[in-house]
Amino acid sequence: MDSAFIPKGVKRCSFGTFSLGMLVLTAIVFWGFYAAILCWLKGLNQTNMNDSYGFALWIWADLAVIAIGGGAFFTGLLRYVIGLDELKNIINFAVIVGFCCYCSAMLILAIDIGQPLRGWFIFWHANVHSMLTEVAFCLSLYLSVLAIEYIPILLENRKIDEVPFFHNLGHTMHGAMAVFAATGAFLSCFHQGSLGGVTGVLFGRPFGYREGIFVWPWTFFLYTWSAAACGPCFTMLTCKITEKISGKKLVKDNVYDLLGKISGWMIGTYMVAKIADTLYWAYVTSPSLGFAVMDYYNAHPLHHGIWILILEIVICGVLPAMILISRKGRANATLFTLATILAVIGVCLNRWVMVMTPMAMPVMTFDSWVSYFPSWQEVATTILPLAGGIMIVSLSFRYLPVFPQEQELNPVD
Amino acid sequence: MKKESSHEPGRKYGMVIDLDKCTGCGSCMVACMAENNVSFKEDESNKLDSITWMRVYRLTNNKPFPETEIRYLPRPCMHCGGKGDLGHSPCVSVCPATATDYDHKTGIVSQIYTRCFGCRYCMAACPYHARYFNWWDPIWPADLKKSLSPNVSPRMRGVVEKCSFCFHRYQLAMERAYNEDRRELEEAEYQTACTQACPAGAIVFGDLNNPDHAVHTLKDHPNAFRLLERLGTNPKVYYISDREWVRRSGDNYLNNEKTNTKPAVQEHHS
Amino acid sequence: MFPFIFEWVWDSGHYIFFGAMWYVICILTVGLTYCLVKTVKDTLAGDNDHH
Repeated sequence: MDSAFIPKGVKRCSFGTFSLGMLVLTAIVFWGFYAAILCWLKGLNQTNMNDSYGFALWIWADLAVIAIGGGAFFTGLLRYVIGLDELKNIINFAVIVGFCCYCSAMLILAIDIGQPLRGWFIFWHANVHSMLTEVAFCLSLYLSVLAIEYIPILLENRKIDEVPFFHNLGHTMHGAMAVFAATGAFLSCFHQGSLGGVTGVLFGRPFGYREGIFVWPWTFFLYTWSAAACGPCFTMLTCKITEKISGKKLVKDNVYDLLGKISGWMIGTYMVAKIADTLYWAYVTSPSLGFAVMDYYNAHPLHHGIWILILEIVICGVLPAMILISRKGRANATLFTLATILAVIGVCLNRWVMVMTPMAMPVMTFDSWVSYFPSWQEVATTILPLAGGIMIVSLSFRYLPVFPQEQELNPVD
Repeated sequence: MKKESSHEPGRKYGMVIDLDKCTGCGSCMVACMAENNVSFKEDESNKLDSITWMRVYRLTNNKPFPETEIRYLPRPCMHCGGKGDLGHSPCVSVCPATATDYDHKTGIVSQIYTRCFGCRYCMAACPYHARYFNWWDPIWPADLKKSLSPNVSPRMRGVVEKCSFCFHRYQLAMERAYNEDRRELEEAEYQTACTQACPAGAIVFGDLNNPDHAVHTLKDHPNAFRLLERLGTNPKVYYISDREWVRRSGDNYLNNEKTNTKPAVQEHHS
Repeated sequence: MFPFIFEWVWDSGHYIFFGAMWYVICILTVGLTYCLVKTVKDTLAGDNDHH
């Protein structure tokens, strides 16, 4: 039925199967929008946030999707600026996944603010000393860059490409892509960093507070590094999921191997920095503020103790780094996928801990720990962009030549 | 955030609260709510989302009877001056829309309700939980609407609010002073509602920089301390207690550390 | 954001932050304009070679 729009030389599932999948996703998106509309019309009393938990599930989701969406800027940097040509085979997909992640972040932020109609005040009355201002500016500008990077991919659709203007536009934009990618990498470094700065600068919250250089706390650099390290893992993971669902190989192993190796070294170096930061914070910063580091973990209402730190650093940090750095680890498909999953969990867990624990823990000695469980509206609005993202990826995969190696790897008779 | 302090020393309004005098009656909380048009919910049992600009905490030494001791600690906004008293309070420095500001003429941290867009970053930054979010639209019973103070704008849903040291009273006092061709205020001319409502006289308010004001001397009391001194927030609210355990409750200490009795006063000498 | 907004101050923080922001906006605008102009020129010239 829609075969005229499907790229030449590739096979896709039937329109009926595709529509059924889309229908399920659309239903989830509608459910999410219903919850979002409730939040916009009735206010944030629709959530289970409170005066202790002013930042909660949404801010975590924001930080997490942006971290895992970091694959777009880092792969773009490697492909267009550093010139690793093999990565042209995965860059389109990285851009699409990144675009979905950043759209999700913007949508969630739009729901998360108490007075959504005043959202533009962050630009108009900007306080340049606030990390959130930097986040807002870089986030919106980088989303524009991602949209610019996505346009030429869209223009490659078979029917659109037949129009000479669009064909030429795609061609020209492709030629100018290095400039946009470099700008995107510059923006991304700063906004990934400023997201790290969000909790790092909170000198009233000893769990999140970090010292640093000039105006930037150490978390600024750790967030940028971890996004560059784990973002490509999410790109590869989603790519592998797409391969699994479509039942065919889409990217050659040498591409995975190259990106996996770079990711491995990035995660490895990030882990060295993260462990150094954790030790300095645990033995210098925190005690100087009157907190023994185990106080944070032992008293936590979720009773995870120090294991959450071990999970983040050892199991979801050092382990995937070791797998991805070693040639044998990368060659084993199961281990490779496991490493990407662990790296993604690790970076999300880091964002979770850095957002949630500073809110939950009491700073005044006579205050107490606060627990929080999200309302269905919060959950639905967090799942909404996830479903939306899957829709965008599915539509792109079906109608656009996203993977240059697909035809070669899957010849159609 | 924009303009740093001028070369004049300026006023620095602050409070000294004698915890040994406080009975925990809550008059300060009631007076504050009435004075500042603080909204309330039909069911106020969940304290995690109700608004109390002034909140009285209960402190205990955790010892069994008969050695049990209780103190009550009223907690307004601390109007932090930040490190070096430069006005970089935890909340002011993070607000992305400049909706909260540090007034170098008075040392008061303001909140611009019509500017705030409700991101709640300031709440995440404040270790004193002095900032409150309007989760609901304020609903006033019909008769109560008539008794709302015309000097304080009620807040709308979706914005953050907090204690202003009854800043409107400062403005009114300054207006009167200007009409009388004065530029300085007497101590009694500007007092907060909680100070006046305290039946025990536990709260003393005034200009910390002015030697004629009681707070100027009281803040240097040997038993004076501030909350969370070690974080470097540099609050303008001082507490006094002759009990060591109360002073120790004011900050976090490692087990082997001694209680710091002398507040490390951070002044900005320009 | 703009010098005519009343909080605007000509200090180093504003120079660095807004300087970087306007610089990026300029690059993106110039880049996009170049692409559009070149595309219009190529299309009018009938250059429609597949890449």
